[in-house]
Amino acid sequence: MRNKELSFWLFITPVILSLSLVVILPVIMGFFYSFTDWNGLGFNQFIGLSHYRRLLDDNQFRQSLWFTFRFAFVSVIILNIVGLSLALLVTSKLKSRNLLRTVFFMPNLIGGLILGFIWQFIFIRVFAALGNFTGIEGLLGWLSTPATGFWALVILTVWQQAGYIMIIYIAYLQGIPKELIESANIDGATPFQKFKFIIFPLIAPGFTVSMFLTLSSSFKIYDQNLSLTGGGPFNSTQMVAMNIVDTAFSSNQMAYGQSKAVIFFIIVATFSLSQVYYSKKREVDL
Amino acid sequence: MKKSKEKKTHKKRDKKYVILEVMGLLLGLVWISPFYLMLVNSFKVPREIFANVLNFPSQFNFDNYVIAFDDLNFIRSFFNSLLITLVSVGFIILFSSMAGYALARNKSRLSGIILLIFVAAMLIPFQSVMIPLTANFGRVGMLNRVGLIFMYLGFGGSLAIFLYHGAMTRVSISMDEAAIIDGANKFQIFFKIIFPLLSPISVTVAILNVIWIWNDYLLPSLVLSRRNETIPIRMFYFFGQYTRQWHLALAGLTIAIIPVIIFYFSAQKSIVEGVSEGAVK
Repeated sequence: MRNKELSFWLFITPVILSLSLVVILPVIMGFFYSFTDWNGLGFNQFIGLSHYRRLLDDNQFRQSLWFTFRFAFVSVIILNIVGLSLALLVTSKLKSRNLLRTVFFMPNLIGGLILGFIWQFIFIRVFAALGNFTGIEGLLGWLSTPATGFWALVILTVWQQAGYIMIIYIAYLQGIPKELIESANIDGATPFQKFKFIIFPLIAPGFTVSMFLTLSSSFKIYDQNLSLTGGGPFNSTQMVAMNIVDTAFSSNQMAYGQSKAVIFFIIVATFSLSQVYYSKKREVDL
Repeated sequence: MKKSKEKKTHKKRDKKYVILEVMGLLLGLVWISPFYLMLVNSFKVPREIFANVLNFPSQFNFDNYVIAFDDLNFIRSFFNSLLITLVSVGFIILFSSMAGYALARNKSRLSGIILLIFVAAMLIPFQSVMIPLTANFGRVGMLNRVGLIFMYLGFGGSLAIFLYHGAMTRVSISMDEAAIIDGANKFQIFFKIIFPLLSPISVTVAILNVIWIWNDYLLPSLVLSRRNETIPIRMFYFFGQYTRQWHLALAGLTIAIIPVIIFYFSAQKSIVEGVSEGAVK
């Protein structure tokens, strides 16, 4: 029995040690530091809720938060529509379905930083060339206004991640019993009826999974933001993650940056917990 | 009469599929067009990029690649990325499978709580721990590759343990018992019998973590010195250096993407399955 206990601890010590030092300890310390005047090395005094009070008047943070919420909302909707459409397309009887699957998934493997740089070229050079050629002025200067910068980030995100969402929906689509579709065919159901009454209800769990996955990933985006717009023009497209990094490491306000990080944690954890709650509830309902 | 009707619907269906097929192919072309534009323009001289951005280059100018390859310090950043990724993923597989096994076989309440802590840790976003994390590691002189690999084990361990723990429920305990009768100790049971049985999950864990660590930018940018930079970090400085010198920037981006494309085409099936497994569970 003793021996068994010992080997149990030997097997789990490495991961417990790394999780404690890398995640748990920093979370606790970060929460603590956000109430102090910590400068990254040490702190002199507790200052209570000062940082959090300052957050309320921080226009840049409020703007970043609002931008990030809007971005996450729009991206989640478009990503799921596009991802599901792609999944339906590549699970149909098309001859090119395997090729298309490969193509749609490809951007997902490449880092957001590199993809953001490629799209910077497209929005600046290619859009300008097309704009000059066709005379459509709307194609010029996409990364120089907040509104088009917003949509540029949405396009990049959808292009990069739709393949991932497609893979999730494919997994659920393949779980639909063939007999159901066949009997619907015999009953003369139209494609739309089949989608509405059979496919959609059966992939609903996939909908929950990918909605929350995209919600938290869009909320945490940093690399794409950095490489595509760099937060510009005038920090108007700066998202929360970048705002935290800037506050802590560019302006060197460690404790203040950490108070933003605590708020960020609460928001993301709320998203994720509600996902767990809804998935569990759905399982019970079924 | 009946036959001709059947033929007709068949024809109608064929026509529908032709339209769908064409639409699918067009969408596929749109999807890869960013890569096409990157590739063709990476061979042009600056003047030609401005004159005609959509066309094939009039002549292939490999100088861009020579300059970009040098300035990216590609060999060094490539091997550095490779080293960090492989060692981190190796440790994640080794230690997470051990933990997943121990937690699954030990049915105590404590074991359940530990698993729950690992799962709950997945809710914590990186940005909310990065400031104290880098401060702590900096204080003990661990802002280097060793520290980074340790951090990847901390961040990547949770999902891997969760996946291994789930897979363990399908490995019968009679496996362990038979080995105990043969006189094997816990380590022998795990490495000789259990770990090989978990290899499908190991592939999934490896793929998910390779994709993440290879492409990761923010964490290594906070941890590594300029001497040990990875491809994404080098890319960031490189791109800043060549702002609006698109011919060089695009050649550099192409070079940086090539290893990923090779990886994708050599293990496409496992990659898609692994990603699917990691997301749906």
